[in-house]
Amino acid sequence: MDLAYTPEEEEFRARLREWLAKALPGLPPQPSPEDWPGRRAYDLGWQRMLYDAGYAHVHWDASPTTRLIFLEETETAGAPYVGAGFVGLLHAGPTIAAEGTAGQRDRWLPPILRGEEVWCQGFSEPEAGSDLAALRTRAHRDGDDYVVTGSKIWTSHAEVADWCELLVRTDPKAPKHRGITWLAMPMSAPGVVVRPLRTLAGSAEFAEVFLDEVRVPVANRVGDENDGWRVTMVTLSFERGTAFVGEVVACRRVLGELARTARDNGRWDDPVLRRRLGRLNADFRALWRLTQWNVSEAEANGGVPGVGGSVFKLGYSHARQELYDTAAEVLGPESLDLERPWVLDRLSSLSYTIAAGTSQIQRNIVAERILGLPKGR
Amino acid sequence: MRFQLSEEQRALRAGMRELLVRRFDGDVLRAAVAEPRLDRALWRELGAAGFFALRVPEADGGVGLGLPETVLAFEEAGRALLPGPLVATHLAAGTVPGAAEGETVVTDVDGGGLVEWLEEADVVRGDAAAAVPLKSVDPLTPLHRVPGAHGGAADPVAVLLTAAEQLGTATRACELAVQHAGTREQFGQPIGAFQAVKHLCAQLLVRAETARAAVYAAAVTGDPMDIAAARLLADEAAERGARDCLQVHGGMGFTWECEVHLLLKRAWVRARRSGGGAESEESLAAGLLA
Ligand SMILES: Cc1cc2nc3c(=O)[nH]c(=O)nc-3n(C[C@H](O)[C@H](O)[C@H](O)COP(=O)(O)OP(=O)(O)OC[C@H]3O[C@@H](n4cnc5c(N)ncnc54)[C@H](O)[C@@H]3O)c2cc1C
Repeated sequence: MDLAYTPEEEEFRARLREWLAKALPGLPPQPSPEDWPGRRAYDLGWQRMLYDAGYAHVHWDASPTTRLIFLEETETAGAPYVGAGFVGLLHAGPTIAAEGTAGQRDRWLPPILRGEEVWCQGFSEPEAGSDLAALRTRAHRDGDDYVVTGSKIWTSHAEVADWCELLVRTDPKAPKHRGITWLAMPMSAPGVVVRPLRTLAGSAEFAEVFLDEVRVPVANRVGDENDGWRVTMVTLSFERGTAFVGEVVACRRVLGELARTARDNGRWDDPVLRRRLGRLNADFRALWRLTQWNVSEAEANGGVPGVGGSVFKLGYSHARQELYDTAAEVLGPESLDLERPWVLDRLSSLSYTIAAGTSQIQRNIVAERILGLPKGR
Repeated sequence: MRFQLSEEQRALRAGMRELLVRRFDGDVLRAAVAEPRLDRALWRELGAAGFFALRVPEADGGVGLGLPETVLAFEEAGRALLPGPLVATHLAAGTVPGAAEGETVVTDVDGGGLVEWLEEADVVRGDAAAAVPLKSVDPLTPLHRVPGAHGGAADPVAVLLTAAEQLGTATRACELAVQHAGTREQFGQPIGAFQAVKHLCAQLLVRAETARAAVYAAAVTGDPMDIAAARLLADEAAERGARDCLQVHGGMGFTWECEVHLLLKRAWVRARRSGGGAESEESLAAGLLA
């Protein structure tokens, strides 16, 4: 049991830190949250800088510990968030790296790393959210193509995406989990229509995607036909297991800022609020340790995170909401002003117990897959 | 970074667990309630196994291990609900003669003014002259209160070892709940198939595992903020865990025979020791401005 990093890892950290200190001050200002094309360009521009500096590879080629150091340092330095790169870098890419053929890895991974292509996730459907395997979007073979018809919903970044990791039903007669296939679909293909949806935070963060006889080459299939559920589990293990790691560091930074704001505006003198902040300090420290624990386990088990990710996600999504609720306590009446910092974050934190599997679903996973309790109603 | 147990640490934990299963299993625990005495023979056995001398340097006749190993041993003690002033005796090893060997039972006046096992202890650290007995809520922890006593800042190691005991109790609560949920049937199926019960169990695990990461990390770093965080989360994992475990047991959970109440009561006693609750929240808050 140790928290020591190897000399190589420490060297990596020092080099990265030095590079960040030089690179960050020259960055252009962030585009407004509503300006999606602007955000795409900004996020990809940052990814390109990482690529040119030799840091883009960490998401797949480096050890889990190196990736952890990368996320810790970039967040601590206040570097831009992955943003539009989220799906490609944090779960579609890792899935292709783990499950794709050599040709598929060559085709899709470099453009993600170079900040050239954006991915989105077409898993959820109007009738299949928590019950993901109930999805209905159909695909049948026609020569070298699959012909896909159906619709997806809550597809984050769909408006600006080039590719979609798409789940389709290829065998409607097979048991629910058996007839699914994982495809990489070009968003520019004829028959793909994206209709933005407005979130409660006011932004067009996600969209509905309608698919009408969209032709997707069979060569774009990752894993075997009808073996998509297994590939999906790999994707979800990345999504739940490691995709939120950097955000814990970001939350710890916000917590420090909150404390200083409270000191400056006098709210610090309220012992109830102060203790709530202290409590959050414990929560986020522990979540960071849990992350280190999970990474250390992943390192020992070949890199794919285990179900421990569900334990983390449950704690994290709730702590994040508590953090921004506490921010509202610190801000007082200003917490109702959308122009103030943290107010939009408070609104978007409401999605954390829903997206990537609701807390109820995560508890089912913990109870059934970790604790071994019987499946039931 | 190998933030996992080493082979030696696994072996140490297994050895401690084996000793306690042999000498202090659930049956012995319930029997002890009927006759709450400190088992001196067991105390000496713990001493012989090195429990109290874990951190005493080898040159001084101790085991010469560190906080991580000690935390693992205390976690097992907490899991078995082993009674006695374990933390105080452990801290006295190397300074109070006989403590390391388990010959001398040492207790102390806690910062909060409580003394555990005063009458059975051979040595009391702190001034317990004015101590008055309480009718202890925990049948396996006799308590005295020293009016007006206020110790200084809590010893970080004592705070951490208390957290480790709480972690063990939280783990036991989770195990008992899951075991019961998997076997007790209602409406024609195990109650663990019902989501309301399943989710109680899942939260038991989430709290315990989060506390575990915090406690182990604090043992590695020894950092006061890490220790405060570990204690806060471990107290909650044990208290809430025992409460939820009781709920999963239904009416049976409310009986004296069922061991669940012993988990909750011990968790309450430990949570009162100094360095927990408001104290740790305040220091963690102050840490944010540091
Ligand atoms: C901001 C945001 C971004 C998203 N981005 C994407 C994306 O990019 N791609 C994508 O594919 N999806 C995305 N999603 C969809 C997300 O994965 C689903 O919303 C989520 O899985 C829940 O499904 P649902 O919305 O259909 O809710 P439902 O499944 O209808 O759930 C409604 C309620 O019922 C509860 N419930 C359902 N089943 C059970 C059960 N078995 N036990 C207990 N409770 C249950 C749920 O917990 C919830 O409280 C996103 C969602 C959000 C909020």
